[in-house]
Amino acid sequence: MSQVTMTVNGKEMSGDAEGRTLLSQFLRDTLGLTGTHVGCDTSQCGACVVHVNGQPVKSCTMLAMEAEGADVATIEGQAAPDGTLNTIQQAFQDHHGLQCGFCTPGMVMSAAALLKENPKPSEAEIRDYLEGNICRCTGYHNIVKAILAASGQDVGSIAAE
Amino acid sequence: MPKDHGIGASPKRREDIRFLTGAGNYTDDINVNGQAYVHFLRSDVAHGRINAVNTGAAAAMPGVVRIFTGADFEGVGGLPCGWCVTDRHGEPMQEPAHPVLAQGKVRHVGDPIAAVVAETAEQARDAAEAIEVDIEELPAVVDMKAALADGSTKVHDDLTSNLCYDWGFVEENKDAVEQAMQDAAHVTTLELVNNRLIANPMEPRVAIGDYNRATDESTLYTTSQNPHVIRLLMGAFVLGIPEHKLRVIAPDVGGGFGTKIFHYGEEAFCTFAAKAINRPVKWTASRSEAFMSDAHGRDHVTRIELALDKDNNFTAVRTETYANMGAYLSTFAPSVPTWLHGTLMAGNYKTPVVYVNVKAVFTNTVPVDAYRGAGRPEATFQLERVIDKAARELGVDPIALRRQNFITEFPYATPVAVEYDTGDYHGTMDALEKIADLSGFEARRKESEARGKLRGLGVNCYIEACGIAPSNLVGQLGARAGLYESATVRVNATGGLVVMTGSHSHGQGHETSFPQVIAEMIGIDESMVEIVHGDTANTPMGMGTYGSRSLAVGGSAMVRATEKIINKAKKIAAHLMEAAEADIELKDGQFSVAGTDKSVAWGDVTLAAYVPHNYPLEDIEPGLEETAFYDPANFTYPSGAYCCEVELDPETGKVTIERFSAADDFGNIVNPMIVDGQVHGGIGQGIGQALLEGCVYDENGQLLSASYMDYAMPRADDVPFYNVDHSSQTPCTHNPLGVKGCGEAGAIGSPPSVVNAVIDALQSGGHDVTHIDMPVSPGRVWAAMQG
Repeated sequence: MSQVTMTVNGKEMSGDAEGRTLLSQFLRDTLGLTGTHVGCDTSQCGACVVHVNGQPVKSCTMLAMEAEGADVATIEGQAAPDGTLNTIQQAFQDHHGLQCGFCTPGMVMSAAALLKENPKPSEAEIRDYLEGNICRCTGYHNIVKAILAASGQDVGSIAAE
Repeated sequence: MPKDHGIGASPKRREDIRFLTGAGNYTDDINVNGQAYVHFLRSDVAHGRINAVNTGAAAAMPGVVRIFTGADFEGVGGLPCGWCVTDRHGEPMQEPAHPVLAQGKVRHVGDPIAAVVAETAEQARDAAEAIEVDIEELPAVVDMKAALADGSTKVHDDLTSNLCYDWGFVEENKDAVEQAMQDAAHVTTLELVNNRLIANPMEPRVAIGDYNRATDESTLYTTSQNPHVIRLLMGAFVLGIPEHKLRVIAPDVGGGFGTKIFHYGEEAFCTFAAKAINRPVKWTASRSEAFMSDAHGRDHVTRIELALDKDNNFTAVRTETYANMGAYLSTFAPSVPTWLHGTLMAGNYKTPVVYVNVKAVFTNTVPVDAYRGAGRPEATFQLERVIDKAARELGVDPIALRRQNFITEFPYATPVAVEYDTGDYHGTMDALEKIADLSGFEARRKESEARGKLRGLGVNCYIEACGIAPSNLVGQLGARAGLYESATVRVNATGGLVVMTGSHSHGQGHETSFPQVIAEMIGIDESMVEIVHGDTANTPMGMGTYGSRSLAVGGSAMVRATEKIINKAKKIAAHLMEAAEADIELKDGQFSVAGTDKSVAWGDVTLAAYVPHNYPLEDIEPGLEETAFYDPANFTYPSGAYCCEVELDPETGKVTIERFSAADDFGNIVNPMIVDGQVHGGIGQGIGQALLEGCVYDENGQLLSASYMDYAMPRADDVPFYNVDHSSQTPCTHNPLGVKGCGEAGAIGSPPSVVNAVIDALQSGGHDVTHIDMPVSPGRVWAAMQG
């Protein structure tokens, strides 16, 4: 065990980690930030996506020690301090982009990374970008719609609701 | 103009706030002080005799608290099966024991042999690797027909064979169906596979057992769709704990799709072990474990025959199905290929006679049970595929053939023992033809062909039996449970309400939609209503959420309880206004006396109920809290028509979904936004089944598709936007809301249209292909094109 320190959602946090401790485990079990979810063990599902130094990372694929000194952003830090949802979170609620909510933290974090690098993505670009985030509930319809809406694009013409 | 509140409105989901901010409370987010962790050592062979399990070295590993093996569970009950099917000859099905930890034999890859409880999850896993297991591997039985051959290895030595049951339905119609086949002008036959699927809710299963020695009370936190069912099954049949000493909590649950209905050994283990070591015990499944321990779905092999007369009227349907049960009977497994499947074989059509034969088979594979749709997708797929094939053979339009045979008068008693109360199959087909822009298809096909692609269009109808289920009926059919639902409505002194429901929300949005109903009934704001679910300690005994039953059955219980509340509140209001009870009206949260300007507000009445100073105490009790149990009079029968348009690359065999349209009739709709979302998700899963997903075992019973690297889950770029329409509404006649249920429709209704579209594309390219089994992978398409 050794101590790992990182900045999480703007706040410096420390905890003990084994060499094999994954960042996802460290966030959930050591720091108690259970908003980051673990849905698989092969780095496929994307429920655990967080941002490390501004880059989206599947936190089950990174060791906690590798994040020593890093700036980590998780779902818990996305809303404003008064609880106001950010644009992407609000779009997910407005367009029913979530059902059971389990994949949602990863979806929101991936969407944030996408819109940072591509502020007006096309439908195809969104679908391509989300290839590493699996949702079993929504059939992706309202997730893609929410991300289009979050990027300021008109979603009124999308087939039905 | 759309409503902004109450029934028919689409308020944003209140549960979203916690899910979008990382504040959900899923089972794995719960940690109980002092908890130990369990890791299950699972069989890596499909079939074997356990000669020895040596835990000595493992027990000495760091952090190990205790190791349990099958021996620790001798004298403990096995996992019960909740449904007994009676076979064609009047005999009960063969029902093998299902131990919590393997006893003497392992019967599928993933069968748990031992469980290590340790201080950390890593220590438990490390120690499990040090357990020495001596297993004599036995031949594995994987193929269902081989399993039924004389001399086949038996999965269970104490059963007479691998046949669980041989079911015939309606047995009395068998000869009439044979006669109709002989008299037919045309018979279309199709052999097909309904591929084995893995439900894959994104949250893997978790169980935490906790025991309080001071009170002798056990608590189980679990990822369940029905905590009361788990409490009853585990308490009464496995561990011998009475309900009042056992609490089951299913908090936020990350999807279910059926596979979280069932009572699993891990739940019983954690509850048992927590008492044995007097510490909380937590288990979190890895996804790899989920693949080999969650009950799988579907896995039918079917031969279906459709008989038609010279005018193309359907005259008979006959099917023979082999249904895989896996190695043990999961909780509701026997009901899926029988009563949830055979009763739907009339479909939307007035076929006069139907005979369904199902042979349920034990194999050395993971148990198979209900997965979204459960039996009804299997029925729909075979029927809608054979109708499409018949249309091609007869050279008639597949939509016209369907329309010609539609049931048009309701109620309609089918030849397979159910009575459809309402429906409008032409109505949904009309809606579909509009939204799918069928008239524009030929132009789209030409455009695809100009790019060297083939384009196909496939249509199908579906009907499902939902709102499960009338208890007296399912009792006659072998259910060992009632299938009512419950609700307690508690009104607080200042007018707010709490509804404690036996239904369970794991993505369906009950916390938002259920209050809409109460708000409509009383005329108050939805924010005054809170929904409580998922904890046996504070909800009435209820059967949970599956079979598209929450609103139709659970919502009906809530309506009945609320009606009792309103009736009592009217008595109080009558007293307060010194009027006759019969003259009291409730509108917009105000009680008034008809024909006068006298009124009291909802809050005045609720306050009086709890501060009964001026109150008819001689007639009614103080307080305002009512419970109702609602047992449905019939199933509900949602129906619809779906259309899929695919593009097929003849160079590679790859199929892409270009358009998908769904027209459903769900009766009345409480929250259109949520209903659309349910259909979207079902279609996503149906496209997954049709094109991508397939659980693969090799001949030795090794599960080859045991991770997301090997099992193709639908991704965002595998599906298009869906076009859905719910304008066709024929309300259910026998529940107070007139609702039919929408949770499973998409998964039931979508696979046949996808495959029908692929066949259409191939035939348009001159390929004489009449069927491809799901998943319709590029390899299978390409192989079919090569003849």
